[in-house]
Amino acid sequence: MATYSTNEFRAGLKIILDSDPYSIIENEFVKPGKGQAFNRVKIRNLKNGRVIERTFKSGETVEGADVLETEMQYLFSDGGTYTFMHPETYEQYVADAAILDTAAKWLKEQDTCVVTLWNDVPLSVTPPNFVELKIVETDPGLRGDTSGGGGKPAKLETDAVVRVPLFVQEGEVIKVDTRTEEYVSRVKT
Amino acid sequence: MLATVRNFFSDRNVLEVETPALYPSCNPEPMVESFALTNTVAEMNCLYLQTSPEFAMKRLLAAGSGAIYQICRAYRKSESGRYHNPEFSLLEWYRPGFSLRQLMEEVEALLAAVVPPSQIKHHAVYLSYRSIFNQTVGVDPFLATVEDFLAVANRLGYPEAEAICNGNRSAWLDFLFSHVVQAQLPKQCIVFVYDYPACQAALARLRPQQPDIAERVEVFIDGIELGNGFQELTDAEQQKQRFLAQQAERQQAGLPVPEIDECFLGALSAGLPDSAGIAIGLDRLLMKLCGLERIQQVLTFPLGA
Repeated sequence: MATYSTNEFRAGLKIILDSDPYSIIENEFVKPGKGQAFNRVKIRNLKNGRVIERTFKSGETVEGADVLETEMQYLFSDGGTYTFMHPETYEQYVADAAILDTAAKWLKEQDTCVVTLWNDVPLSVTPPNFVELKIVETDPGLRGDTSGGGGKPAKLETDAVVRVPLFVQEGEVIKVDTRTEEYVSRVKT
Repeated sequence: MLATVRNFFSDRNVLEVETPALYPSCNPEPMVESFALTNTVAEMNCLYLQTSPEFAMKRLLAAGSGAIYQICRAYRKSESGRYHNPEFSLLEWYRPGFSLRQLMEEVEALLAAVVPPSQIKHHAVYLSYRSIFNQTVGVDPFLATVEDFLAVANRLGYPEAEAICNGNRSAWLDFLFSHVVQAQLPKQCIVFVYDYPACQAALARLRPQQPDIAERVEVFIDGIELGNGFQELTDAEQQKQRFLAQQAERQQAGLPVPEIDECFLGALSAGLPDSAGIAIGLDRLLMKLCGLERIQQVLTFPLGA
């Protein structure tokens, strides 16, 4: 993989630090008067999502990370792993359930997700921003029952649980924002 | 802003001068890279863009110019970022017969004339390097060892500092000052940090009876370095030694080693009057005035984003 000098640092660049892949969020050139120059960067660990700050000596080189973000189709899961397919090459990639983290509960077969690959191995999976899922279990939501903040829990076909308005019924398909994990609207089928 | 600056100096009878931006020699400081240019004329084959007008202006002082100031462009390779553009504007002036303290008071008066009172609410704060370093970092910058600095870095969460500083005291001071001290300087007022450790002297004179102290001052507003001032080194032999040390440092680091500016050394030998001098970054001053966050916002066509 290529090496990058601090002169090439910019937001979005993927580098290896302490054996983990990171993405640069911010790059600041720091130079005290008449002194040594530094690059102070804010970087996100692509394995665990944590953001840290780190300083590099200006002119220092770092190893680039072979990280690629690509859209793939979710095919199926066998409980322990999730299989995705690249829509153009038809190549299949298998990701451990651990990598999916909270993304798993939104996935329906054939959904398009963004899969981050590191050295051609799935590192993380981002579900689509909006998903349309069927409610498989929810209370009827009797009119007048306003306890619980004006909403009721609903279990979706993927086993995810979301809060929905009282008028939404079992069997209906709803749109959910996976980033906020909130109900958006009903979907006309 | 420039009109205010010119009126300020005109009122004080300081002469405006212009010195060349193109020189046959360049600054040997290891931390600054000069742009080198080639010329077609044999005798002036290799020329450099100035990194500051310092050497030229001191030659004028030695020739008896009296108090002088200049507003000009300076050029430094690879310096690009929120507060850096490879080409930038400097206001530099020299006061023969002034102490550094007198110069600081003049800087305070200049900044007060340029920056409206609504932005600078308090009187200037004067802090010694030793006291502010001790207060924010927790160790004495003059007495602490490299091991002490390492302990600080571990305590404050800078695991990368050890490799970067590599046992060099000056590098540690640069690192800790820029990462820890600067951000904690008092805000919304002019801050002068004075009495630097000798290893950070640059072109400043060492205090006659206390040679571990360099008579250097830096001016900050809201943690941003606006200026660098010195009680100028007038001893030609000491200056030559510093140049030789800088050349050696460059050699060791595998950097290009420039020739020493003999005209400048000649001027020092002829006699430079005791002077205090300072350079202020005009673009950064303009940033402060306009409340802007990036130097690119005050430059018409900046290089880089």
